[in-house]
Formats: sequence, structure tokens, C-alpha cells
Amino acid sequence: MTANPHAHEHVLLQMLRIREFENRVQSLFSDGLVKGSTHLANGQEAVAVGMAFALHPGDPVLCTYRGHHHTIARGLPLESAFAEILGRATGCCGGKGGSMHLTDKSLALMGSYAIIGSHIPIAVGAAWASTLTHDGAVTCCIFGDGTTTIGSFHEALNLAAVWRLPIVFICENNLYSEYTAIGDVVPIEHPAADRAGAYGLDRIVIDGNDVEAVKEAVSLARERASAGRGPSLIEALTYRHGGHSRADPGDYRPREEVELWLSRDPISKYADRHEVSTQRLEQLGAEARDEVDRALRKALAAPAPAAEALLSNVWSEESS
Amino acid sequence: MTIINYRKAIAEAIARSMREDPKVVFLGEDVALAGGAFKTTVGLREEFGPTRVFDTPISEQAIIGAAIGAAMRGLRPIAEIMFADFLGTCWDGIANHAAKIRYMTDGAYSVPIVIRAHGGAGLGFGAQHSQLYDGLAMSIPGLKVVVPSTPSDLIGLFQSAVRDPDPVLFIEHKALFDVKEEMPPEGHVVPLGKAQVVREGSDLTLVATGAMVPVALAAAELVQDRRIDCEVIDLRTLTPLDMHSVLRSVEKTSRLILVEEGPGICGWSSEVAARVADEGFWMLDAPIRRVCSPPTPTPFSESLESLWLPKAESVAAEIESYW
Repeated sequence: MTANPHAHEHVLLQMLRIREFENRVQSLFSDGLVKGSTHLANGQEAVAVGMAFALHPGDPVLCTYRGHHHTIARGLPLESAFAEILGRATGCCGGKGGSMHLTDKSLALMGSYAIIGSHIPIAVGAAWASTLTHDGAVTCCIFGDGTTTIGSFHEALNLAAVWRLPIVFICENNLYSEYTAIGDVVPIEHPAADRAGAYGLDRIVIDGNDVEAVKEAVSLARERASAGRGPSLIEALTYRHGGHSRADPGDYRPREEVELWLSRDPISKYADRHEVSTQRLEQLGAEARDEVDRALRKALAAPAPAAEALLSNVWSEESS
Repeated sequence: MTIINYRKAIAEAIARSMREDPKVVFLGEDVALAGGAFKTTVGLREEFGPTRVFDTPISEQAIIGAAIGAAMRGLRPIAEIMFADFLGTCWDGIANHAAKIRYMTDGAYSVPIVIRAHGGAGLGFGAQHSQLYDGLAMSIPGLKVVVPSTPSDLIGLFQSAVRDPDPVLFIEHKALFDVKEEMPPEGHVVPLGKAQVVREGSDLTLVATGAMVPVALAAAELVQDRRIDCEVIDLRTLTPLDMHSVLRSVEKTSRLILVEEGPGICGWSSEVAARVADEGFWMLDAPIRRVCSPPTPTPFSESLESLWLPKAESVAAEIESYW
């Protein structure tokens, strides 16, 4: 995204890696190779990639069960992510977390949380710790539009604002709260931004399918937090290409709406802006696919967790 | 000799842990400038200042979440929930997150927090300000549960709780605030998971926690005239549960009565009874009995609340029924 002529290809590749990863995850579930559920982020790649480019190394990131894109964008190795989703010992959580809980402490990926809104207070705690330890980190907390209707969102926003904590909240508004149009369940147009004023925060709405807009907004918010000026709440408009979870075809969405948003696909949008040829885009896509396939093959070859893992790490080893 | 009561022991316990470890921070509603709704945290803000003792909004989910997040970043937060009943508003953070994050991340993250809550009946607070939630908490793997019954134990157990790398729910009983004891020396530590024999005896074992410990002791006195010699055990922590001490006592006495405040359905007494039935059945000469509250919410009226709480007399009657 800078003067480097190859920089925009790097950005594209990041989005394509996520897209291809999610496509493979969908196949794994459709083929019955994994139980449980998965929540894909096809169409929302720009939010994750823009966020990741704006943050500094070591900045804590907390996201949701729809969090493959955020964790991969922040550096989670594809093999580690696949292995976790497949429940293998080599997964980032040793196979004890799963698709909804990708975490990697070494990357300050403090977790993907599967109870709506629950991670926002935890993110506030991470930011609070930074004010006490002066580690200079800025925490980033990502959630969906449906999260704005749960109490913990409001408790956390209030506390972060009143304590002026170094945190950037990003609401990925993909217009659907699971299966329900967000407009049907909130009385305002922008579920996050229209509430920002209640916590003394600026009203920020951005195009979440524009990776550069996301990077710019998050960079500004990070700068503000870093300067001791407190939190920001960014509402990034985006769209899920698919349904809520693997079992949901998303049929409740009007066809025209889906088509409109498919035409705003973040990857094509970015490629067009930077005049990347169709041929080059396909080459990059093939590169991403190869990397994803290699990672998946390694993950599939990895063993299931040993039986001892069942009982380990309920308690810390120091305690009985 | 300095005497301290249970109420003041709470602030003393927190202060000792904060003096020992600069990573310990304390947050809660009205805990700093007001010194706590029950005056259990008086003087902490003055001693440790505004960068370690924090008043929060009325936001239990934010309090617990903030403690979890800060713990995951290396601090040792103590979070106060004013009444244990209010744990209902933040159970998600405690049960779904604090208790599970270590397991779900296969040990990458741990959550060393202490959640303090004032619990228990006997003061006329009614159904929503009198619960302990101890049995419910005990049923959650990954969460330790501490229920001190004396000032000295409170101070000692608290040091272990703060040093513990796992989340600990520390339930302080409101009916014990005026219980007095000699101030324990600096460095006094009581390990988690060690029950205490508070009265030795040979005929029957009474097991109790919190405000039921003095009830059990009083019951033991009542039956002494009938030459029934009771041993009384204070569990002190529910998780880890010291079954070794219970079984050792039952081996000696062959009779067991469990005295639990609260309905007891899926309570700690259910668990202890099940474990003794399993591991100590052949030591028993008679069925295990439980003295619990009736299966109702805690009533308000003093006369009804008094009927609801297990009494020394009812425990004594249960003891005598064996002979």
C-alpha cells in the first residue's frame, strides 16, 4: 500500500490466502471431515488485512468465532490454523479449541471467542493492563454488528471510554446478526457508530471492503490510543458472501443485495484500483491456493491429540 | 496481641497480597474511595493509590472481563463482586472464559484472577442478596472455590488464592463479619485444598463450610452431654476438595453428617456424600445424612430466614437420631 511497487501484490496475496483458506475449510466441513460448525469470512477479508497492516507487532487482537481472517492476517500460520480446525495435536490450541477459538499467544492473538460480546470486556482488560505496565501496546477488538445489542458491548465501551484505554474497537457490520437483518433488530442505521456518541466517541463509518480505508482508519485510531486519547469505535461496512455458519445457505438475503455486495468484493476492488491484470490476479490466486493446499496436506498428516491431552491444562501444572 | 475481625481481615488480606506482588491490582464497585459497600476494603486506595485500586461502574461483566484480560497480559487482578448473587450477571466471564481459557488454549494462556464476593444468608437481605453460589461454582472445571470461615483462614487462604495461577472464586460470608480472632503473623499462608479439623472427636464426623462451621461446632457442644463425641471438619476450599481429610475422619468415626447452607441440591454436600459413598462405603456404620436449607429461595422475613438456615439444634437432632 506504499511506494513499493510490489506492496499491493502483497496486500492482495494476504486477502487471497484468507479467501482460499476459507474455501478449503468449507470443503472440509461439506465433506464431513470435521464436526461442529464453522463461520467463514469470505467477503470480509479487507477488514482483517487492513487491521493487520495498521497494528504494530505485539498489539493484542481479540476476535470472534468468525475469526479465521483476523488470525491469519495477524500471522497465524495456515498449517496451524488448519490443524486446529481439524482437531489435530499440531493445531494452535493443540486441537482443544477448534474453528471458533483460534489463538496464538506468541502473536498476541488473545483468542477468538464464541459467545457474542464476551470478549469485549476481556479486550478492555488487555488494554487496561497496557496502561498499568506501560508496554505501549494498543489492543484491537473485533466483533460483528449483532454484538451491539448485547450488554457486555455497552459495559465494555463505557469502561474503556471512562478509563481512556488504548483500544481500537472494530465492528464488522456485515448487515446480518446471524440469520436476521441487523436493520430488523436495531432502531438505528449504524448499530455501532450511531451509539459511539453515548460513550463520548466519534462516529466513524468506513467501507470495510476497502482495505486501504480500513488501514487508514485503524492507523488513526491506533495513533490516538497510543497518544493517551482513549478508544475508538470503527464501524466497517462489509458483507458475508455466504451464510452465518456452514449449515446456512443464507437464503433469507435478497438476491439483489447479495449481487450488489458481490460486485463490491474487496479483492476485485483492490485489484481494479491498482490495475492488477486479471491474469496476474489469477497467478496470485494460484500461488495462494498452492500455499493453502500445502498447509492443508501437512495438517491432515498430523496426529490427533494424545489421550493424555484430555486431562491436561484444566489446571496449571503448578497446582494440584 | 492484636485481634482482627473477619470484615477487617478482608482488607488486611488484600493489602498483604498487594504489598507482596506489585502486579496485584484490585477493582470493583465502590471498593476504592468508599472502602466497599460492607467496609471490607477500607484503606486500600489510601495505601496503594489510584493506579492499583479502582472504582468501576456498575458493570459486573466489564469487571470480570477486565480482570481476565489483564490477567492474560501478566497482571494479577482481584475483582470484587459486591454480592455473590450478582455473579449471575457475569457468570459468562467466569464459567465460559476464566475457567476454560487455559484448557481451550492448551495451556498457552492462564487466567490468574481472584474473584471476591460477599455471600451468604442470615442478615435479612432476601432472596437476591443472600446466596453463596458455591455448589454451582464447584461444578465448573477450571475454577477454584474458597470459602473461609475465620479471619485467620481468610487471610491465609487469600494469599494462596492470589498466588495461584488459576482463577479462584473467593466467597466471604457476610454473617461472619464480626467473628474475631488473633491477627495471624505476616507471611501466614493457608494452602488451597487442605481442610481443617476444627474439633477432634471419635463418634461422628460433621463437615461444614463458612457460616455452617460455627453451627456444626455448636451442635457438637449440644450433643457432648449425651456423650457423643463429634469431629468437625471445615473444608475451607471446595475446589480443590480435600477428600483425604474427610475420609480419614470417617475411617475413625464411621458416621458422617454434612451441614450445608443452601438447598444442597447438587451442592458441595452432594459431591462429598457421593465421594464418601464411593470411596468410603465400607467405613460407614450408618447412612450419610445431610442438613441443608429447604429447596426454596432464601426468604426475607427474619422468622422465615431463621427456619431456612440450618441450626445447631437441627444438626444435633440429626446426630442424636443415629443412637
